[in-house]
Order: sequence, then C-alpha cells, then structure tokens
Amino acid sequence: MSDAHPAYELRELRKVFADGHRAVDGISLTVGAGEQIAVIGPSGAGKTTLFRLLNLTLRPTSGSLSIDGVDVAGLSEQALRRQRQRIGTIYQQQNLVGRLRVVHNVLAGNLGRWSTARALSSLWRPRDSATARRALAQVGIPEKLYARTDELSGGQQQRVALARVLIQDPTIVLADEPVSSVDPSLAVAIVTLLRDLAHESAKTLLMNLHSVDLALAYFPRLVGVRDGRIHFDLPRDQVTEVLLRGLYAGHRDDELQLERPPGGLNPFGRACRPLRGFAE
Amino acid sequence: MSPGRSGEATTTPETPTVPPRTRGHDRRGWLVSAGIVALVVWSYRGTGVDLGQLIGPEGLRQIAVYVGGLFPPDLSWAALRDAGIGAVETFAISLVGSVLAVGIALPLSLLTARTLLYHGVLFEVRPPAPGARALRIGIYAGAKALLNLLRTIPEILWALIFVFMVGLGPFPGVLALAFHTGGVLGKLFGEVIEDVDPRPIEALQATGAGRLRIMLYGILPQAAPQFVSYALYRWEVNIRAAAVLGFVGAGGLGQRIHVTISLFLEHQLLTLILAIYAMVTLVDALSAYLRRRLV
Amino acid sequence: MLAGSLYTAQVDPRRLFEGHALANAGRFLRGGFPPDLSTEFLGQMIRPALETIQISVVGTLLAVLIGLPLGLLATSSLAWSGILHERRAAAGRWLLGFLPYVVARGLLSVFRSVPEYVWAFMFVRAVGLGPFPGVLAIGIAYGGMLGKVYSEILEGVNPRPLETLHAGGASKLGVVLYGLLPQALPSLVSYTLYRWECAIRASAILGLVGAGGLGQQIELSMRFFEFDEVVTLLGLLFCLVGAVDLISGRLRARLTR
Repeated sequence: MSDAHPAYELRELRKVFADGHRAVDGISLTVGAGEQIAVIGPSGAGKTTLFRLLNLTLRPTSGSLSIDGVDVAGLSEQALRRQRQRIGTIYQQQNLVGRLRVVHNVLAGNLGRWSTARALSSLWRPRDSATARRALAQVGIPEKLYARTDELSGGQQQRVALARVLIQDPTIVLADEPVSSVDPSLAVAIVTLLRDLAHESAKTLLMNLHSVDLALAYFPRLVGVRDGRIHFDLPRDQVTEVLLRGLYAGHRDDELQLERPPGGLNPFGRACRPLRGFAE
Repeated sequence: MSPGRSGEATTTPETPTVPPRTRGHDRRGWLVSAGIVALVVWSYRGTGVDLGQLIGPEGLRQIAVYVGGLFPPDLSWAALRDAGIGAVETFAISLVGSVLAVGIALPLSLLTARTLLYHGVLFEVRPPAPGARALRIGIYAGAKALLNLLRTIPEILWALIFVFMVGLGPFPGVLALAFHTGGVLGKLFGEVIEDVDPRPIEALQATGAGRLRIMLYGILPQAAPQFVSYALYRWEVNIRAAAVLGFVGAGGLGQRIHVTISLFLEHQLLTLILAIYAMVTLVDALSAYLRRRLV
Repeated sequence: MLAGSLYTAQVDPRRLFEGHALANAGRFLRGGFPPDLSTEFLGQMIRPALETIQISVVGTLLAVLIGLPLGLLATSSLAWSGILHERRAAAGRWLLGFLPYVVARGLLSVFRSVPEYVWAFMFVRAVGLGPFPGVLAIGIAYGGMLGKVYSEILEGVNPRPLETLHAGGASKLGVVLYGLLPQALPSLVSYTLYRWECAIRASAILGLVGAGGLGQQIELSMRFFEFDEVVTLLGLLFCLVGAVDLISGRLRARLTR
C-alpha cells in the first residue's frame, strides 16, 4: 500500500460521447487511500459514467486520471488489467451472467489472477468452491452456491455481485448505486456491509447513491455531482439542506429522498459481519 | 398490417379490403402489388404450367393413379433391409455432417464477431492501433467472405464436387453438409456473439480479466443456448438434405431412391419414402427433446 | 451414437488429401478459372436463369394454394377446440372438425417430410423433364411447410376479437375473414416471402434431377467437366439468390414495420 499517493487523482477529467453528450465535464477530485466517499446527484448527472472511467472500462476524452500516483493513460493492456484487478466494481444492474451458476459468477472475481487454462478448468469443476461458499456466507446466501444465477431475486443477485468483489479482494471498491433496486432494509445492510468491509481491510470505497439519507448516515465525505461537474465536495457535517436543494434543483422532488430508511434492521443476521482474516 | 399494402392479395385473395391511410402509401402499395401480379403472370406463362388442369378432375385423377400405383409398399425382407441400411447411413451422414459443421462454424464465427476483434466494450479503453485495426478488419472481412462462399453453394453442389474429389459413398455427403451448414451456422453464431448482453462483459473486464477469460465466463455462457438451438435446427434441416445427397452419389437413402425411380420400382420407392419419413420424424423428435433438455 | 455414425458414414479425412483427390480438386480449380464469360454462353444461360425465377414464383404460388386451405383445416382453434366450438355438440365437433384436422395435419406432415428433390425426381418420371415437375415439387414440399407454419401463426392469434365476432353471430367464414386473417396476415405474408427465398435456391438445384432451370445446366456442365461454365453458373446463381433475398427482405421489412 503506497501511503504517499492518493488512491485516485483526477484532473479536469472529461468524457464526451460520440453523440456529443458531455457526460463528465471537467471533474477534478482527490481520493485518499482508505477513504470512504458517497457520490450523490440527480439522475443523468454523469455519476455512472464517472464510475466507468474510474474502473478503467471507459476512456476519458481528456484530462488525467492517476491511481496510486500512476497515470493510467500510458499503461499497456497488460498493466491496465493489473490495475483493474485492484478495483472491484458493483453495478446498478447486477451485470452477472444469468445462465452461469452462482459459484462461477462469484469465482469470476479471480479471473484477473487466473490463467486461461485455470479459468477453463474451473468452469468444469469449480476451483476453490470453499472460498466461494465463505464469500456467499458473508453476504448471507451460502445455500445458493450451485443455483442458476437467473433464478435468484434481484436482491440475491446483488449479493452475488458483492461476493464476487469479496473474492476479487481489491484495494478500491466502486459501488454504482448498489442498492437502487433492493428494498430499503436490505439497502442499509448492503451499505453497512460494504462500509465495514472497506474499513476493516483499509480499502478505499466510493459509492454512488440515490438516497441522500443513506449517504449522510454512513459516509464521512460527500461529493455532489450535477451536469457532469462537481457541485460540492464536503465533509458530511457541512452538507446543508440548501446545498442539497441546489444539487437537485429542477429535478423531480422524489429524487431527493429525505425520508429515513428503517434503521437497525439487518436481514443478513450475524453472517453479515466480515469474517476475520478472510479479506486479507 | 398497414393498409394499402395489399401486394399479397395475389396469394391470399380473401384479404378484406381496408381503406387506405395515406395516398402516398397507397400508390406505393399499388405499385408493389402490380409488380407482384406481373411477376406471377409472367412466371405462370413462362413455366407453361396449367394449374387449372392440374387441379381439375383429369389432373387429380392422374395424380390418384400415380399415387395408387405406389401402393402397397414393398415390405419384403430385402427391401426393408435395404431401406434400413439406407436410413442408418442417412442418419449418420446428417449427424456427423452437423457436428463437423459446428467445428467449422465455431472458429470462423469468432473471427466474424467484430466485438471480439476491434469494436465495442472490450476495446473501449485501449483501441487497437491503426495498423492492428486494419489487420483485424481484414481478418473479419476474409472470414465473412469465406462463410458466404460456404453458405451460398448448396449442399448438393458441394456433394457433386466432393464426389468428384473423393469418389462415391457417404463421406462426400458428410463433407457437403459440413461445408454448407458450417457456412450457415458460422454466420448465425457470429451474430449471436455480437448480440450478447455487454454488461456482464464490462463487469468481467472490470475485474481485470483478459479477453479469452472474458469469453469463457461472459460471452460463451450467454451464447451457448442459442448455439445449441441453431445447431439442432440445422440438424433437422440436414436429415432432409442427407436423404437426397445420394442423388449425386453421396450415399444414404437418396442413392437408393435414385435407383428405384430410375428402374420404376414403385413399391420399393414407397418403402424408401416411408423410411425418409420415419428418419425425419425421429430426428425432429430427438432434436426437440435435446432442445428441451439443453436450452 | 456419434462414434457409430462416424463409422457408418465412412469418414476418413485422409481420403481428402490423397493424391487423386487433390489432383481432382486441382483440375476443378484450374478448369474453373477463369470462368466462362463469353457472351455466347451467357446469352444461352439467360433463359434457364429466368426459368429458375419462374419456377420459384409459380412453385410458391402453388404452395400457398395447397398450404392455406390445409393450414386452415389444421388450425385447432378453428377446427375443433377453443371458444368457437364451446357450444357445439361433441359428435359434430369430432366429425366436422377433428377428423379433417387430423387428415390435414397428416397430409402436411407427409408433404414436408419428403424432400423437394425426391418430389421433383418422382414428377420428372411422371410428367417428363422441364419446369413443370420443379413447380410441382416446390408446390407440394413447400405447401407442407407453409401449411404447418400458417396453422401455428393462426393458433397464436389473439382470440378475443374472434370471440366478439362469433358472439355477434358471424359465420365461420366471417370469423376467418374479419378476425383471423387481418390479424395474422403480416406474419403469413412475411413467412411466405421467406419461403420464396428458399424456393429460388431450391428451384435452381432441382434442375440437377431434370426439373429445369439453372440446376440442369450445372448438371450438364459438371458432367462434361466444363468447370469454367460451372463457376459462371454458380456466380449467376449467387446473383439471382442475392437479388431475390434483397427484394423479399425489403418487402418483409415493410410488412413488419
């Protein structure tokens, strides 16, 4: 872990799509190693595009992006893959392969490390299924190890995606609206699980959130994004209601979700706690 | 069905008339209909077919006489044995031909999937250099052209060519089916690969997986059911094709049918036709069963 | 099963690379290039090419004439089951609906299971060489396919408008004309056009057994080892098929828009 460098350093990052849409329009941001940040903003603000730039699956149109002090623009395909391996992403849609069994979707977190031969043989007979089972136990669905992924509910699929990131064991975790399609009590559980996990193994965590309240409740630092630009970047106690109203101005009121999520509920039960010594 | 496009009125005269929606539409519709009517009239006169006479009493009587002449089927031991051997050979040709076709189609389809070569999610961050890109487009175009060639030449012509090369027997039939069907399946497989949901691929790429591993975990699992489905469908087509390849000397029931028709052995011909019917029905059922199990 | 099939089919890749096989392939390629593009030969081939188109068109027409009535009889929702027949006595349903239904299904199944080449060969024996047996072969084999698919399309039609018509006192024919066909027509026509695309390929090839068109010329040229002509004919066939695919594809795109 390189303490000297911030996890991310963005300077004037821009992404203009082929149709001329400026999704990310000059974002500069520094994320310290081990920091936990919530990104909020109205839909269409460019948050998802920002996350796809951050996990190196989209190429910026201009500006620079450094990870641990290394500018990624000059990296070879090999080096890019090594960087991606260190970044775990949880998507809004589950982005799982529905026809594969859960165990393979979870073990896919290993693909950055595995050789092709190993990946192939694991499809035949899952390697390391014990680890996959432990990861699933951590997210509360160990019994689904051999289920077909497309037979699970949306919430269960999201937990499979979480388990994959656990297996990948990255140093940076990006979660792009991980709880937008699950019920509120599960949302709290997923957010706290990710937060605790990141905390215990000193991972950097960026989470893109629809619910302002979840962001305020669980993250020390909030970044508001609007029209592809940073609207504010402040510690949680300096985020005022006026700022929030400005962030969501012109958008439907219900986007600014200010009702409290039910606290204290934890559908994962005890299994929710990260297993000691697992994530290292 | 939008109104005014009544070009099909020539084939289904019972079409209820619908008031036209717009005039421009109407005129084009009439042009198309007139074109189709003209095409049909021209073809009808050109082929010298007299459907009225064919479907008239005299024509029907002749058909009845001919069909009646086929009965009863020749159920002697020798005829049955011959039909049985032919049927097994036909089945074998269709099965091996289809399997080989998949073997030809798979590698070629990978080369005709632009999403694997130079375009789309996998090449978002690091597009291939111009030289490499040109090379890959060249590979794509070459593989596509090869598939077109394989596909355009009908099985029976491939069979003619292979009989010319390796001599009579079922083997040229197998090769003919493999080449033609390989072209068909290669095109379909390539389209399936290009159409898979890119989101899981993006997610796998985000874990740092290489392209081959992304293919194993992200693309093939999504594409496999359609591959199987298409391959089974082509097997159903191939059993019918295998039954006739024998006309040009490529084994199976076709060869025997050729002989019986040439020698006017009507009863034996009916036995062979029944054998074809049985084989086709069997393969359709097998294919439906496998599709239910696998897809 | 595969192993048995490999044995039965006498698959032996070595045979492909034996001296005489390669020599024959070489002969074919050397003989085939350059293709025969003399105006004399091309001029002679215009008639067979046109004949191929004509056979496919009339064959498809005949297929519709065979497939549509049989397809209607073979539609279970029309013939004997479902809402149109709720109130009919069981015996009448059997005699007037189910029996014709079974017969029509059987006929369609026989028509389409016997490949068009076999039909063509039989008809060449019955009515002599020329385009006529080709038309008959395509008409019967494709009639069987069209009839089956027609009945599937018709069974998939939304039944509620039919129920309304039926309740309004419409006859069977009225229900077909005002409820069934208007709903199903785009799919029916689209599939018919698709079959026409297949028919042009078939009609080109049926000639191999003497049923007119380009196929007959290919057979002749192949038999006399005139490979330059074979390659030209293949090119011609390629263009024909491409043109028909294009026309039919555009018509179908208009229909399904």
